[in-house]
Amino acid sequence: MTDLHSVWLIAVIAAVTALLRFLPFLIFGSRETPTFVTYLGKVLPYAVMGMLVVYCLRNISFVASPHGIPELLSVALVALLHLWKRNTLLSIIGGTACYMVLVQVVF
Amino acid sequence: MKQDIKRAFKDSLPVLAGYIVLGMGFGILLATKGYGVWWALAMSVFIYAGSMQYLAIDLLAGGASLLSAALTTLLVNARHLFYGISMVDRYKGAGKKKPYLVFALTDETYSLVCSAEESHRYCFLVSLLNQIWWVTGSVLGSLLGGILPFSTEGIDFALTALFVTVFVEQWKSTKNHLPAIIGVVASVLCLLLFGADSFLIPSMVLITAALSVLKFVRKEAQA
Repeated sequence: MTDLHSVWLIAVIAAVTALLRFLPFLIFGSRETPTFVTYLGKVLPYAVMGMLVVYCLRNISFVASPHGIPELLSVALVALLHLWKRNTLLSIIGGTACYMVLVQVVF
Repeated sequence: MKQDIKRAFKDSLPVLAGYIVLGMGFGILLATKGYGVWWALAMSVFIYAGSMQYLAIDLLAGGASLLSAALTTLLVNARHLFYGISMVDRYKGAGKKKPYLVFALTDETYSLVCSAEESHRYCFLVSLLNQIWWVTGSVLGSLLGGILPFSTEGIDFALTALFVTVFVEQWKSTKNHLPAIIGVVASVLCLLLFGADSFLIPSMVLITAALSVLKFVRKEAQA
């Protein structure tokens, strides 16, 4: 592929990504925010975080080995650690270490 | 100021772990396709969207058309519309910081700035630090290639773990768990229906619809 075409590809991807990030601010930024958008702003973070967790786990297969076991165990560990100690770094390090051991050594 | 820097740094540490590793993975893959460090640097500075950059490697190597690159980006990154919508009020009055705050609103940055009432300065620092980790990771990966002395397989789980902790944190911060439940149930449903590659947009539509119904029902109940 020519370098010029690659530069264009990167420019297009960057522009579309930026457009998606800026669009809501361009539409609602300069005037009074509609009440529905304010409402969405309050409830979306809760829903989106659930969606992001599912997004991260989207490629696991329950049919093929290891049946998503490393992911589900580690997610459960992160959640339990966090409910127990409520220390973000501890929860993340604990869960990630658990996952690394599971995928590298156990499965 | 010092307080903000300290807190922003500490809060961005999980992202550091995830971004350095994922960034390195990106730099390594990109280099194997013949695109060296300047390409990695440019992409991480100007695109700055993790999963999209991984996909972009194939688009570049395969010489995809500009139109198909634009459509792929639209589909993969449409979720960023959600982040914008929920930060419209929060980022009002951010002044000169605003363009960068909006540009740098990745999944991970959003998860750090969306929950609590944080100052714009804190959000700016978190956004900047996160991009520094991402750029550093991709440049390192491009330069060093696969010469790491130990296996980092699975370390990218740090980002999943980050989202899980934010989810738990938000769950404990409110009595109204319906939005969180809607997010999980709608996404799982769409994942089963549409498959891993195309479930995000249906999920967003379903989530927005369900949240609208929720608002309507609440209003009825109050009246």
